[in-house]
This record gives sequence, C-alpha cells and structure tokens, in this order.
Amino acid sequence: MCLALPGRIVEIGADRAGLFRTGKVDFDGLVKTVDLTCVPQAAVGDYVMVHAGLAISIVDEAEALSVFSYLKEVELAAGTEAEAEAEAEAEENAPS
Amino acid sequence: MRLLDEYRDGAAAKRYAQAIARLVKRPWVIMEICGGQTHAILRFGIDQLLPQEITLIHGPGCPVCVTPAETIDKAVALAARPEVILCSFGDMWRVPGTQGDLFSAKARGGDVRMVYSPLDALDLARRHPERQVVFFAVGFETTAPVSALAVYRAAAEKVTNFSILAANVLVPPAMEAILNSPDCRVQGFLAAGHVCTVTGYESYESLVRRYRVPIVVTGFEPLDILQGIHMCLDMLEKGEPAVANQYSRSVSKSGNRAAQELVQKIFTVTDRHWRGIGLIPNSGLALSPAYADFDAEKRFALPEGPDAGRPGAGSAGAGSAGAGRPDSICRAGQVLQGLIKPDACPAFGSECTPENPLGAPMVSTEGACAAYYRYRRAKRNAGKDGPTA
Repeated sequence: MCLALPGRIVEIGADRAGLFRTGKVDFDGLVKTVDLTCVPQAAVGDYVMVHAGLAISIVDEAEALSVFSYLKEVELAAGTEAEAEAEAEAEENAPS
Repeated sequence: MRLLDEYRDGAAAKRYAQAIARLVKRPWVIMEICGGQTHAILRFGIDQLLPQEITLIHGPGCPVCVTPAETIDKAVALAARPEVILCSFGDMWRVPGTQGDLFSAKARGGDVRMVYSPLDALDLARRHPERQVVFFAVGFETTAPVSALAVYRAAAEKVTNFSILAANVLVPPAMEAILNSPDCRVQGFLAAGHVCTVTGYESYESLVRRYRVPIVVTGFEPLDILQGIHMCLDMLEKGEPAVANQYSRSVSKSGNRAAQELVQKIFTVTDRHWRGIGLIPNSGLALSPAYADFDAEKRFALPEGPDAGRPGAGSAGAGSAGAGRPDSICRAGQVLQGLIKPDACPAFGSECTPENPLGAPMVSTEGACAAYYRYRRAKRNAGKDGPTA
C-alpha cells in the first residue's frame, strides 16, 4: 500500500480551482497528473516519488548513487583489510 | 524505469550478499516493517542470498491486514446505503469483516468503487452532487497526507457530499508494541522508506535509546534492502545501535514538512485496534474536531466500534490470534507480529489461499502470507500434492 514510484515532472500547472499545485509527471512514457502540493519547491525536470496521486518527495539525484558508493566503500575496506592481514602474516613469517 | 531498474542489478546484489557474508559473525533476527519490502524480499529471492545466520521476519506493515473486521463492517454498512458511493483501494475489497466483505457488498447491489487515490474519490463527489461519496481511508503515514489533502480540498471547495471513514494507522507505536511483546525476537529493524519519506526518522531515536535496537530506514528495491541489511548488521555486530538512513534519495531526517502540516491540520492522533494485534495506544488517526463534518462515522451515525478509545471494547475478532473468521485456525495475528512465518500456519496453502483467504495477510497483495503463497508455489505444491511442474 505504501508503494511510491519515481517519475519526472514535465509540466507544472494548477488544478481547476487554482488553489493547489498540480503537474504532469512522466513515468517511463506514461504521463499522469500528480498533485504537487507537498513538494512546493519541485521544478520541471525533477524526479518525484508519487504515492496515490500525491508527490511525497523530490528524489535527491546525488543520493541516488549512494547504494553503489556504499558497496564500493565496503568492498574497499574488506580488500584493504585482507591486504593488511596478508602483509601482517608476511611480516610474522619473515626471517628477522 | 529510471531510478528503479538500476536498483535491481543482479551482479551488484551478489556483491552485496558477499559483503554481508563477510560481515556476519553471529545469528541475527531482523524485521522488515513494510509489506512492500516483504514482497520484494520474496519476489527477488533476497532471503535466499543471505547467509543462514540471518533470519528476516516480516512486520505488520500492511494496512489492509491490520484494519479490524469491525471497521470493514462499517464500510460494508455504508456501501449498503442507497445514497452512498463507497470508494476504496482495491486491496480492501476481499478482506473479510464479520458481516462479509466489500466485494459481497457490491454483489448485493452496493455502489462500491475502486480508486487509485482519495483525490479520485473527491472528483467523483464533485461529479455526483446528488450522491454521498465516502472514501475508506486506510493506510500508514505514507497515505495519510493524500487523504488529508482530499478532506482539505473538500472543505476549501465546499464539496459537502464527501466524507471519509478514517482508519489510518501509525508505524512507530506498532514497532514499540512489537518490542514490548515478551515473545519479541527482533534485534534490528528495516524501517519503511516511504513512511519515513513523510515523517522523517527523528521519532525513531527514542526507540533506539530505550530498546537498544538499530533501525535502518530502507527502500524497496533489492539493492536498497541488501544495503539496509548490511547497515543493520554492521551496527549489530559492533553493538552500536543507532538510526541510519539507507533511503537517502527520498528520505530526509525531518521528512516532508508540508505533508506533516497537512496531516496535523486534518487529523488527530487516537488509540486504534490493529487486527490480529489488539489495541495500540496513540497508533491511529481520526479527523480533528475542525473537520468532523467530513467524518463518515458521524455523518451516517454509525455505531461506535473498537476504535472509540475503550480498551477491550472490540470483539474477539479484533484481538484474537486468528484475525479471520471466529472459528478459524488462521494464525494471522502471530504472522503480523513476526512470531511465526506464514508457512508455519497449519492453514497455509491448504484451507487458506488467496482465492479463499482465512486471514487478511493472505488477501492483501502486500500481506506476508500472500507473498509466501505467490513466490513459494513450488515448495508448497511439493509439500501438499507432490511435484506438479
């Protein structure tokens, strides 16, 4: 039920009463009218997360890559650790 | 789809699984809160990628599953009124009340309509001024803002034939109820990313302090869930519980203030019964006095149900383990609290199927039982009927 999908804002308008902010959002080719009342700073070109017709956040494009940078950091740390262990072992075994 | 497909990359998922295997030293039990996460875990086989030390248990994060039978009875009663158009998310249609479900209410001639958004229900009210349009407002914090917005707009535009049956619930009180259970096995949580998109995650800090459990705000795609598990394990192995945010592309610490203000304007916090769990204090949203005109229970003078703030006032169905039909062997309540896995229920896959559900978690597309049934078909057939493939 808490499903929200990312879509790109292609147009910003208002609803017919002119009181609230709506826009057209492109979901991979399917364009739907979405309520933008809760993302007042959103602009055309921004990606928003949309739940039941309401945009609930603007996707942070820089943070969108953090899943991958975290993985690299973890692997780097593991690799460094392994190297460090190998080095320590080599030192222990080396003739003094 | 951009911002979706890249988080389903199989090679990266395997690398995450390897990183998790390197990290884990002891057995741990982690609960994912949201039914959407449960479905992703089973759909993409994430549980099968994990080392055996890690047990994932499935939380109560399925609003359809936790809506009490008495509340469904109210919706069914409303649908029976000739002037009412009862609008609901499709998920709710087949959830059994004590007097049948919305599907059977429609079969009996009730005007029940499936909507994608409460804003669609409001639109229906504008187009049918001669009818009374009621939106059955279920959902967590993610859904509360759009329900609030529909009420706010109805008030601003003086749409007087619109109202809601308020059944929204809140996640943190349920997490606390789980932690307070003497049978609690949860050592870490993956919190629900879209709930936190609205609420932020400041409120989780006191849970971490008091219960010493790490909580990782987590998204819904496979790589999101794997990273969330890694972050949670990292804190568990180090013995340093904290709140962490995996889903930073959508969630900020303070959340969406505009959405929070809207919810605070329209709703007030109330005690609420959770199907299969029982009464949880301060775990629901009711319309605030200023917007009481939009409360379908008051407008149609429905009898007060289990959510009237009287502990123990609900029928046995609301708090019983079954949470299905009174004579049922269904163990939905224990599934919802993460005490058992769905396939440990004696009715699972035999007496209870999505076509003939005994409990709500088998009905909802997000229910843990439905997820197990859908994605573990081979295992179930092998157990019950021999190999069928």
